[in-house]
Amino acid sequence: MRLTGLTVAAVLVASAAFANVVAPDDVAFGEYGEVEASLTGSAGDVDKGRQIFSEKSMGNCVSCHAVAALPDVPFQGEVGPVLDGIGEYRTPEELRGILVNAKKTFDGTVMPAFYKTSGFIRPGDDYTGKAAPDPIQPILSAQDVEDVVAFLMTLKDN
Amino acid sequence: MIFKTLTAAAAMLALTAPVLVAGGADDDTLVINGDIEITTKAAAAPHLDGHLDEVMSGWHFRDDDTQAMEMDDFDNPGMIFVDVATDTWNTAEGSEGKSCADCHNEPESMAGVRAVYPRWNEEAGEVRTLQMQMNACRTERMGAEAWKYDSGDAINMEALLASVSRGTPVNVAIDGPAAETWEKGKEIYYTRYGLLELSCANCHEQNYGNYIRADHLSQGQINAFPTYRLKNAKLNGMHSRFKGCIRDTRAETFNPGSPEFVALELYVASRGNGLDVEGPSVRN
Ligand code: HEC
Ligand code: HEC
Repeated sequence: MRLTGLTVAAVLVASAAFANVVAPDDVAFGEYGEVEASLTGSAGDVDKGRQIFSEKSMGNCVSCHAVAALPDVPFQGEVGPVLDGIGEYRTPEELRGILVNAKKTFDGTVMPAFYKTSGFIRPGDDYTGKAAPDPIQPILSAQDVEDVVAFLMTLKDN
Repeated sequence: MIFKTLTAAAAMLALTAPVLVAGGADDDTLVINGDIEITTKAAAAPHLDGHLDEVMSGWHFRDDDTQAMEMDDFDNPGMIFVDVATDTWNTAEGSEGKSCADCHNEPESMAGVRAVYPRWNEEAGEVRTLQMQMNACRTERMGAEAWKYDSGDAINMEALLASVSRGTPVNVAIDGPAAETWEKGKEIYYTRYGLLELSCANCHEQNYGNYIRADHLSQGQINAFPTYRLKNAKLNGMHSRFKGCIRDTRAETFNPGSPEFVALELYVASRGNGLDVEGPSVRN
């Protein structure tokens, strides 16, 4: 494709929009695995976060965690703790850290790291069983993480 | 520090809550055709010290209807494929014009064989799975073509050989010349593959009894293979199951018949030492 003035402009606009996004390898963790700064600088969308949390093709958090506030989502798992009331006893910074890479908060946990792109053994291309294409994409995008954090913060009553 | 301990304690509390409800494995007893008693729970082999106290068949983690299908050969769809394999057993194939029956008589002469595979083959200098041994007979003794790993023909024959060993405790050797392969299999079992960074042990050792979405996690034992799965309405081989489980960690898988899966089969089989051969079984 020939780079016209128009496409160059489009690319510039696009990269400007992502200028504030922290890349997976650049995320800074605190002493307890928390991540202070938003990954995108934009507030999370609660409804989108709920969807990402629930759907198999997205975060699929319900495969391991049950949440009473989602009575319509079938087959909630029990591999991880029930997350009712999580917004009460966790801060957004802690939740962000747990989502980005839960192993920084819980050493050796079975919970996957959702915003990570390096250090895998035989990374695959989604659920195809084939090798992952280069570069590896994180399971969730930076904004997805912010959306899920926003949703989790609404889970207030135990 | 206080902060971390406190929240970890909160997580622990939450963790134990659903486990009490889930109940894990049930206490039912498996008797096939009112006649073959199957040992489905056994003390774990010494090599599992610190990992598991008791080993259990996946049968205990299925619902009553699925369990019942395995208790009578007329209700077990897997037995249809055993019949198909019995015909194959008696059919001459290959340049030598020989059938399995020409060398081995009745399939019942194979009673107990399933229970000790994979096993070291001195002449070949390798650990062989049952399918590898079947293919060695085909290529070396019958002058026939090897079956593709986990293909229908191979799985059906494996089901026939399992069926005549039902009720025999799994007892694979892990020492001597098999030790190296066994160690390799063990390493694979505990490796956290894929974008989800999950090992076999994360699901089948740490979380058996728990639901992972709609699936009730078992110990991932292979004493009951091949399994007839209601989900795909056919017999399934263990390497294909390994492949599916690794794929589900969003990893690049290994293939059925690969050296990695041969080693993993030996290791996983050894985790079931003491459980009876149960195949062909029924699962969802
Ligand atoms: C494969 C299982 C698994 C998946 C998938 C999973 N988690 Fe977890 N999660 C766990 C486990 C296990 C823990 C408990 C931490 C530990 O001690 O290992 C945990 C802990 C947590 C905690 C901390 C709970 C507390 O009490 O402090 C939060 C929050 C959380 N997960 C959110 C999520 C979200 C959001 C997703 C999806 C984007 C998700 N998890 C996906 C297994 C999982
Ligand atoms: C993300 C979780 C997960 C991981 C990791 C995983 N499995 Fe599984 N496995 C399952 C689920 C779910 C089932 C279906 C329910 C059951 O039988 O446990 C299953 C079933 C099995 C079965 C069938 C058991 C039976 O009785 O029919 C075997 C064997 C097995 N797994 C072996 C393995 C091995 C070996 C590995 C590692 C290479 C592995 N699994 C990794 C989730 C997992």
